Amino acid sequence: MIGLEDAIVRFGARTIIDGLSFSVPVGRTLAILGPNGRGKTTTLKAMLGFQLLDAGQRIAPEIVGYVPQTGTSNQRYRAIDIAVMGRAAHLGLFGQPGPNDFAIAHSALEKAGAVRFADHFFDRLSGGERQLVLLARALATGSEALVLDEPAAALDLHNQERLLTLLNALRAPRDKAIVFTTHDPNHALTAADDALLMMPNGQPPLFGPVAETITPDHLERLYGVPMRVVEIDGPSGETHRAVLPAFAGIRAA
Amino acid sequence: MAVVTQDGTAPVARHSHIARQTAVFAALLALFTVAFVVSLCVGRFSVPAGRALELIWLGIINPARELASIDERIVLLVRAPRVVLAALAGAGLAVAGAALQGVFRNPLVSPDILGISQGAAFGGALAIMLGIWGFPLIAMVFVFGMAALILVGMLSRINGRTETVTVILSGLVISSMFSAVVSLLQFVADPNTSLPAIVYWLMGSFATATWERTLIAAPGLILGAVLLWMLRFRLNILSLDEAEAQSLGANTTRERWLVFGLIAIIVGSQVAVSGIIGWIGIVIPHAARLLVGHDHRALLPASVVLGAGFMVIIDTLARTATAAEIPLGVITALVGAPIFAVLLRNHYRERTGS
Repeated sequence: MIGLEDAIVRFGARTIIDGLSFSVPVGRTLAILGPNGRGKTTTLKAMLGFQLLDAGQRIAPEIVGYVPQTGTSNQRYRAIDIAVMGRAAHLGLFGQPGPNDFAIAHSALEKAGAVRFADHFFDRLSGGERQLVLLARALATGSEALVLDEPAAALDLHNQERLLTLLNALRAPRDKAIVFTTHDPNHALTAADDALLMMPNGQPPLFGPVAETITPDHLERLYGVPMRVVEIDGPSGETHRAVLPAFAGIRAA
Repeated sequence: MAVVTQDGTAPVARHSHIARQTAVFAALLALFTVAFVVSLCVGRFSVPAGRALELIWLGIINPARELASIDERIVLLVRAPRVVLAALAGAGLAVAGAALQGVFRNPLVSPDILGISQGAAFGGALAIMLGIWGFPLIAMVFVFGMAALILVGMLSRINGRTETVTVILSGLVISSMFSAVVSLLQFVADPNTSLPAIVYWLMGSFATATWERTLIAAPGLILGAVLLWMLRFRLNILSLDEAEAQSLGANTTRERWLVFGLIAIIVGSQVAVSGIIGWIGIVIPHAARLLVGHDHRALLPASVVLGAGFMVIIDTLARTATAAEIPLGVITALVGAPIFAVLLRNHYRERTGS
């Protein structure tokens, strides 16, 4: 279980988050949606405990598996050594990772689909590969909560598809509370159970199941552009619905 | 097919990694051993290597033995304590530098950056001015080294938070202040008695090494280095971004200060008996990183062995290159600065190249 209760965060006179409440139980996935500057990142930081709340409460396990957008890359560590860092909380100040911890890190790399570059240096990997290693590290913590900061932001379309498949694979056993932020409502449709929409102009955020929250009407208010639901053929032939801005596909004159 | 190659290559890469690390450590240990023995042998009175080792062995099995012959007295009372002290100091400074660069996530910081060396130097210079020698001098070196660290800590704590950049800047402020006061002490010191002593001590030297002084410095150097070594995996965590390290369960502020405290113990112990020796804390960890990589679990032991060997070689050069003894600080800077310049260029060339 991870979430916030009546959380308020102010930066000086500006209120970034005003009385935000939501919770993600184990077994569900939440997508936080919204344009830049609506407090997506602040909400994420508040959930992780990096951002102190001016009021309200944070609900979270002691250790939350956190997948940052880009990891530290000024130190040259191998991917397996990065993944084993997820065991730090279990090892304490003077503890050293043993064979068991490396086995856990290795299976986390397997789950994240990153085992083929386990012995490669992290700073030599591509952005998408690094993210998989960071995901493995978050899995190696053994936490029931997993928080991903804009996991799709820096990925090309092929890697976005891979990431969404991976998120669904992690969601399938229903043994984790997963939260990710994204710009694209289609990511919420594909990989989330619930959505949190950070609405503009001080309107209260919308929180609820994807089927009720990801609607053209809500999204128009969220992004400030007309939105359309279209039916498209999926990769294996089945028809499903996608959300697109109304300007999508307009040809240059 | 892809699965087969994946499963096949991973263990091979791991084995070659382990084999490489083992070879590097064996070479470093060999270098240190050779430097140690050569340093015992060479000097104005040269002793054959076999005889030197025999004397060391006799000294170990029967420390209370009467030292009659001249070569016994030179090896066991003059050279051995000096070489041991140089090795301990070099190891301590190198491991302190490696740890500090880790927690600052910046390969260009060194123990001087926290103002510890300058604070400790001020304590020593003040003691010499006041005519204080022996154990009280060492106590003053410690107290002012720690005082500098505490001042940096207080100055860099803003609204209950300590940012890395404010620690570096506060360190600069405090070390400049202590350097200025040391210059002032030199200005008012008696040019016939205390001034030469202060100047020589500030330049760093193991010339005054005795078993007594070695034993005074050893506990702090060994304790600090061993505790840093025990923290080696935690240093990997602390070398990540603040948010990442915290998300993995590290109390970054408290743990960073624990590392700073251990570094103060190491640097204070070293400055107390041999003055300011620069460059070791920055050159050795860089070289060690090139040899064994950035992982602190390999980097710290490699820095210890390389730092000890390098310091012994430098000290041997200092006392044998010319008839008079050259101050250590001069040689470490002359040797260290060019090495550092090359390392720095390679580091950034590789970065911009990849």
